[in-house]
Amino acid sequence: MSVKQQELEKSWQQYKTQQRKKNLYYAFLTVLSVVVFLAIWEAVVRFQLVNVRHLPAPTVIFQTFIEKLHSTVPDGNTLGQNVIASLQVSLTGFFFAVLIGVPLGLLMGWFEPFDSFVRPLFELLRPVPPIAWIPVVVVFLGIGLKAKATIIFLTVFVSCVINSYAGIKLTSRTHINLMKTFGAGTWETFFKVGVPSAMPMVFTGLRVSIGSAWSTLVAAEMLAAKAGLGYMLQVGRGVGDARIVVLAMVTIAALGATLSALLNTLEAHTLKWKEMR
Amino acid sequence: MDALKKCLEVEHISKTFYNNKGYFTAIDDVSFDVHEGEFLVLLGPGHCGKTVLLNILAGLEEKSGGRVLYKGQEINGVNEEMSMVFQLLSLMPFKTVMENVELPLKFRGMDKKQRREVAQHYIDLVGLTGFENAYPHQLSGGMKQRVGIARAYSVHPEILIMDEPFGQLDAQTRYLMQQEILRIWQEEKRTVIFVTNNIEEACYLGDRIILLSSCPATVKEIFDMSALAKPRDIVSREFLEIRSKISDQTDLSM
Ligand SMILES: Nc1ncnc2c1ncn2[C@@H]1O[C@H](COP(=O)(O)OP(=O)(O)OP(=O)(O)O)[C@@H](O)[C@H]1O
Ligand SMILES: [Mg+2]
Repeated sequence: MSVKQQELEKSWQQYKTQQRKKNLYYAFLTVLSVVVFLAIWEAVVRFQLVNVRHLPAPTVIFQTFIEKLHSTVPDGNTLGQNVIASLQVSLTGFFFAVLIGVPLGLLMGWFEPFDSFVRPLFELLRPVPPIAWIPVVVVFLGIGLKAKATIIFLTVFVSCVINSYAGIKLTSRTHINLMKTFGAGTWETFFKVGVPSAMPMVFTGLRVSIGSAWSTLVAAEMLAAKAGLGYMLQVGRGVGDARIVVLAMVTIAALGATLSALLNTLEAHTLKWKEMR
Repeated sequence: MDALKKCLEVEHISKTFYNNKGYFTAIDDVSFDVHEGEFLVLLGPGHCGKTVLLNILAGLEEKSGGRVLYKGQEINGVNEEMSMVFQLLSLMPFKTVMENVELPLKFRGMDKKQRREVAQHYIDLVGLTGFENAYPHQLSGGMKQRVGIARAYSVHPEILIMDEPFGQLDAQTRYLMQQEILRIWQEEKRTVIFVTNNIEEACYLGDRIILLSSCPATVKEIFDMSALAKPRDIVSREFLEIRSKISDQTDLSM
């Protein structure tokens, strides 16, 4: 190894140490932000700047959390059962919406006759807010898993179709021509070029819709359910227990953030070819 | 050497685009022959219809009139014996260098091991050894064009079509790439149709130069440069003479 190479090797090690320090520092800031938020919240309650009955302190919420792990008061389910009920509904709806919506959007974007055929129906479906489906869905499917999953499905489906459609439209003309010179057929080009070109937009769609799936779910459960975080929140409100309400909110927030983080990981893995900063 | 064996005959090609507002003629009655093994340069001003003409030769665009003959046979549609280096970035961003070069071989039904070998040979030939697993965004403009060239050569085409492959590069890199393309051409003898709007580049590379007029494109004049040996000295007297002869014929709009 030459002297110059040794030097480069050394500064590379330095660079890596620096990067590690920087990442640690950023992680610290992230934790700090949450801690400061909780501390202010706790202080506000302790010094009685707000009514404890309206806003319980974080320490109290934590206590409630521990209790609620096995207690079924007041809504008839433990916290774990509520979480499972909510996840089951949202993930079922999300899964089927992606399974049908993404291919549909991709095909609409690729085959113009198909687009003309499907588009009118889709344009009619699109402006109806998912919540507005609730009465109809309840009549046909009751208030069980199927009913709520259908509401989630409708929410996610629309943005999956729109984003996949827009994504595949971005396929470069040159790439399509290039595939032709290879002798590829339109289906081969669709799978080899169209679909990967659409992926960044598809993921944007998923990221947006997992958020809206989650919030629609909570709304649906507040209207019609026997379990779930939205239901727990609604019952808590009914019996005037702010601790249950806030615990439900915190759990909803934490799970929502976790789902987004999982999706980001999947995205980073799938789109590792993309320019990263 | 049987230099005058015709490889491709282009006869009275014309192309008009139509839309609801009207129509626009991009190519008007263009005819020329391409000889086997030659380095043919099509020289024309910007927006004169060069890309459209190449797309027609490659079977990517419908022609409005005329015909293209490959070894005496009329062809319509894509011809497997031709391969193209595109003007705009044509690497798939979601594939590595190796995967990009392998892609056309896959469509020729080559098995995985052989594909890898052939692709590696051409990656080495264009001087990108060690970058096989890089993604396009990690490469410079010149390196990307090298991948495009490797990919076009890898299928052993009879004819290579290159559409302003160096148009986006800075002057220094461009000059380097011109030398590279000559080296590759001498190593892997193929018929090349090379499009450019740069007179110097045309004179440096071409065995023959077909000068096109501005829109609609027509053949203005054909220059035979085969007397000048390659690599050419761009400040030699003969080179400068031919160069000025061509620029006298050229539209100022170039
Ligand atoms: N699909 C199309 N529809 C309508 N007009 C087109 C189409 N493709 C090309 N043209 C027109 O044909 C003309 C020639 O285009 P072309 O891309 O062949 O030019 P060029 O000589 O390759 O130019 P450049 O040097 O900039 O690459 C342009 O005026 C362009 O607007
Ligand atoms: Mg062009």
